[in-house]
Amino acid sequence: MQFGGLCAVNDFSIELKPGELVGLIGPNGAGKTTVFNMITGSLKPTSGRVLWLEEDVAGLPPHYVAARGIARTFQNIRLFGDMTVLENVMVSFHFRLRSSFWEAMTGLPGYGREERRIRKDALEFLEEMGLLHLANEKASSLAYGQQRRLEIARALATRPKLLLLDEPAAGMNPPETRELAELVRELRTKYDLTILLIEHDMKFVMGLCGRIQVLDYGITIATGSPAEIQCNPDVIRAYLGGEGDGQCLR
Amino acid sequence: MKNRNLILNILGISALFGVLRLFEAYGSEYQVRILDNMGVFITLAVSYNLVVGVCGQLHLGPNAFITIGAYTSALLTMSPAEKQMSFIITPLVWPLNVLHAPFALSLVAGGVMAALFAFLISFPVFRVRGDYLAIVTLGFGEVVRVLANALQSVTNGPLGLKGLPPRTNLWWSWGIAVLTTLLVVKLINSSYGRAMKAIREDETAAKAMGIDPFRHLVLAFMVSAFFSGVSGGLLAHLITTISPTLFTFFLTFNLLMIIVVGGLGSTTGAIVGAVLFTWGSEALRVVESDMNFGLFTIPGIPGMRMVLFSLILLLVIIFARHGVMGRGEITWNRIASGWGALAGRKSA
Ligand SMILES: Nc1ncnc2c1ncn2[C@@H]1O[C@H](COP(=O)(O)OP(=O)(O)O)[C@@H](O)[C@H]1O
Ligand SMILES: [Mg+2]
Repeated sequence: MQFGGLCAVNDFSIELKPGELVGLIGPNGAGKTTVFNMITGSLKPTSGRVLWLEEDVAGLPPHYVAARGIARTFQNIRLFGDMTVLENVMVSFHFRLRSSFWEAMTGLPGYGREERRIRKDALEFLEEMGLLHLANEKASSLAYGQQRRLEIARALATRPKLLLLDEPAAGMNPPETRELAELVRELRTKYDLTILLIEHDMKFVMGLCGRIQVLDYGITIATGSPAEIQCNPDVIRAYLGGEGDGQCLR
Repeated sequence: MKNRNLILNILGISALFGVLRLFEAYGSEYQVRILDNMGVFITLAVSYNLVVGVCGQLHLGPNAFITIGAYTSALLTMSPAEKQMSFIITPLVWPLNVLHAPFALSLVAGGVMAALFAFLISFPVFRVRGDYLAIVTLGFGEVVRVLANALQSVTNGPLGLKGLPPRTNLWWSWGIAVLTTLLVVKLINSSYGRAMKAIREDETAAKAMGIDPFRHLVLAFMVSAFFSGVSGGLLAHLITTISPTLFTFFLTFNLLMIIVVGGLGSTTGAIVGAVLFTWGSEALRVVESDMNFGLFTIPGIPGMRMVLFSLILLLVIIFARHGVMGRGEITWNRIASGWGALAGRKSA
């Protein structure tokens, strides 16, 4: 991926098997979010392909990619701030709506049934993420950790097969982070998800992911199991500079 | 709860029409005229708010849709003989010169033409966002005005159309206002409306949740244009004379003022704004006439009302950015809980 003269991500390749939980780590500005943007269609890679279920989705519009089963959360939280928590989740059901806008506008009973079902399902996602008691609050009024969880609830509600989490634990305190790790593990089994996540909290990543890929300046410098990554000299150098020799990340 | 609201809606609308009936029977011609205007402006404000307030797109060309609706509807209700007499310089093209339709049908045709035009321009308009969208829509508003001037064989050019049947009355103007409000509110509260608000709040996130912004913006744009077009037909048959100078950017500015003062994104706000505006522009007429203070007289200054309106707009933007209603709505539930709280306090 090239931004003018800057090559943000170069020669990147990753393969995800169904049900895998993979971590993408690397220092700030390494190009991790750019990878997410390329997968979800927010950015069209200058070259290369994004193969998803035997289709090249590179450069397709984001809403199309989302409808194909790839959902994401955002590093810089992007909720629909002036809408309620419940509405935020209900938005994710819209692209599957059967009723035409005529039916919605004239309030035909068929639409009414669909609306009630959406509301019920959305409330279940909120309950799952522990946000049920906040359903009628404005999204922007939520605490930081709650906003991060709402982002996940909203992404889950699109019923994805692949979930991309961009720094889901950023800004959370240690107990919240532990809870989140537990939650991610549960969601993966419950919804049969494949998960790719970006995170700086090493304990979180190492404890959760079966496989980790490390980016630095847009180049993959290591991939492997948490144990392999933790003591990989290239990775240590990328994170700690020269003085990290012989240490391990933890 | 649902049934209660339905009953209250029916009661409220019946009460409204009861009041209108009283004005029709006992009100002065002047009062009726203000009420006619009020109904039309409610329709205009509610439909304009759908694009600007709900979808968050600063569209500055509603006057284009109003013009198209007004001309379409007027050309249909004028009889072929009248049209032949009006179009003295360049004759009216076929088939417009022979078409003749009842008022109701002409209003629908005005709405449909405006919606078609909205569809056509939506491709350039929704390619851009923000300031650019504002400029492009402003441009289309001007283009339509210029076309109304230039296409003499359709619009009769600067001469305009005169002597239209005065068909717009309280029932038409308020009937359509009520219908538009009910439909637009249903749309806003539906899944489609949620998608539109999501686009307003964060378009990137909306797309990531599977929403196609273009599709939903075009939808809102066309619905809005349809009702603006219908209002154009109502205005034409209220004023009975239309010309290209009638629907300029000035009209758009007034609509923008109405929805900003009412609270962008709030339908009840748009209604409150429209009522205040139409009533206010009459009430403030005094500032344009000579004012006699006994010892001295201040001569009336034409256009003073607009200065006052602009001042009010400025004050609202500076001190109450969210308008009268913010994005909130007056609903029966709110009224009921407010009433309950009041009654509770009394009994305590
Ligand atoms: N849309 C963009 N336009 C230009 N440069 C960008 C854009 N997005 C990201 N970059 C640049 O690409 C590099 C990688 O950014 P990013 O993927 O956000 O890093 P990370 O998520 O790993 O911290 C940074 O140098 C950033 O400034
Ligand atoms: Mg990032």
